[in-house]
Amino acid sequence: MLMAPAIPARRRGFTWPGWLQMSWSWRITWLYLALVLFLPLGTMALKAAAVGPSQFWELATTPEALATYRISFGLALLAALLNGIFGLVIAWALVRCSFPGRRLLDSLIDLPFALPTAVAGLALAAIYSTNGWLGAPLNALFGLKVSFTWLGVAIAMVFISLPFVVRSVEPVLEALERDQEEAAWCLGASPRQTLLKVVLPQLMPAILSGVAQGYSRAVGEYGSVVMISSNVPFKDLITPTLIIQKLEEYDFASATVIGMVMLLFSLVSLLLINGLQVWGRNWEANPAHNV
Amino acid sequence: MRAFLRSLPQAFPKPSPSFLIPLIACLYVGMIILLPALEVVAGAFAKGLTPFLENFQSEDLRSAVLLTLRCTLIAVPANTIFGLAAATAIARRQFPGKALLLSVIDLPFSISPVVVGLMLVLLYSPTNGLLGGVVSTLGWKIIFSWPGMALATIVVTFPFMAREVIPLLEEEGWDQEEAARTLGASNWQVFWKVTLPSVRWAVVYGLILTTARALGEFGAVAVVSGNIAGQTQTLPLFVEDAYKQYDTELAYGAALVLGGVGLVSLLLKLVVEQLLGRARETEPMN
Repeated sequence: MLMAPAIPARRRGFTWPGWLQMSWSWRITWLYLALVLFLPLGTMALKAAAVGPSQFWELATTPEALATYRISFGLALLAALLNGIFGLVIAWALVRCSFPGRRLLDSLIDLPFALPTAVAGLALAAIYSTNGWLGAPLNALFGLKVSFTWLGVAIAMVFISLPFVVRSVEPVLEALERDQEEAAWCLGASPRQTLLKVVLPQLMPAILSGVAQGYSRAVGEYGSVVMISSNVPFKDLITPTLIIQKLEEYDFASATVIGMVMLLFSLVSLLLINGLQVWGRNWEANPAHNV
Repeated sequence: MRAFLRSLPQAFPKPSPSFLIPLIACLYVGMIILLPALEVVAGAFAKGLTPFLENFQSEDLRSAVLLTLRCTLIAVPANTIFGLAAATAIARRQFPGKALLLSVIDLPFSISPVVVGLMLVLLYSPTNGLLGGVVSTLGWKIIFSWPGMALATIVVTFPFMAREVIPLLEEEGWDQEEAARTLGASNWQVFWKVTLPSVRWAVVYGLILTTARALGEFGAVAVVSGNIAGQTQTLPLFVEDAYKQYDTELAYGAALVLGGVGLVSLLLKLVVEQLLGRARETEPMN
């Protein structure tokens, strides 16, 4: 069932039509994808198309929806960029430094993937609330309220997108040859020049790809954000929560349109991430081209 | 910030690093990841062990656990079959559009879980769904019921298995299968005795990832479920509901159970990674 590109149809009574003459593994794959992915995606596109272009635009750009885009896409960008910087630092610590607790740090990085988002949301909301372990000092020292404000939403997005940059930079940093840095250093480059002109450019594709993946994840995140946000429109209501609210109001048209906006965003970001990864591979294969 | 940037290059010329970079890394991860994880444990046992154990007398909590298990037990085997079929079909063949197909399989990772749930509602809702008429004629209940929630879990988790097995199969090559075939093995025999054993650790790895995500899935399930306590509430939904009702202890108790599952899956993953002995810890598992 697994290797012959096309199994000749059996002669016993039933014959598969020509285009269905494929191995069983292919049949399962296509059937499953059709039921689980293509059918829902197609439905969504159909429903969105049925709304009509002018009404689509109207529903997609209501002030309420625009406010959630600003919050979702803006805060996710903030979170992804923050993780771009700190993810690099963490990857650097993991690859280039040896210190007690390095292995623990390494395992902790994967926790946002393993911890169910509801648990993460609960924990973050509690810890950053005004009487939480971190929220209390932040409130006392700076008068900052984190939980149930947009800051909390940003923190949840930081949590959820932290592993991406670390895990995409780590292997590139490991493969980086120390010779180049030593050469730069011998030629009289200062440590700062070495970092900015030799190391960072080579890490850039990996950093950007990690940032893009984290961004895409943070934009779509619901479980942890909904628990730390106060879900007040125009203040800290994110787009996925707005979709759920519209569904609860039986406003299917609005939910479909806003969902479609998010879906289109996902498709574009998927293309972008794939592009970045191809760029990264080409870069590794032939760095001289790009410098 | 500027002080940190200035200190960064100093780690360079000497292999012995300054302590600043690990310190910043640990502080950041501590604030964002470690402290929240500890908070769940502390919160669950805030009043000692007895109140924590009493939580499990809650009828709603028990039904939430059972529903979560049911969705997981449907999603994981289904996705395993798909993952193995897709891997054996795709991995060792070159054909136009292969990269595109692989991206399509990865699609659920990029789509917001809420949008996944919305798509299923638009498809199966008896009042507004595209197949609503069919569904109500047949008398099925999909949305606001467990079949929809199991389906949502399937959609969100199906890429894990395929994406773990495909790269390994690609590396392994054809030789062993060809040898088995030359010796007269049937397709099934080749699959069970040669192909499957050669990727067994990737399958275990995929199982862990799929199970962990299926147990913890929130957004997609929340949209389809209707969130009725005792009926269509999975464990993650129960955590949120209890928290919103200010039933903090119950929320923490349930969160600790869920978090424990996450932790166990993380440990298992580390063990399997060791067993696999592969340096492919590189890709984020999403």
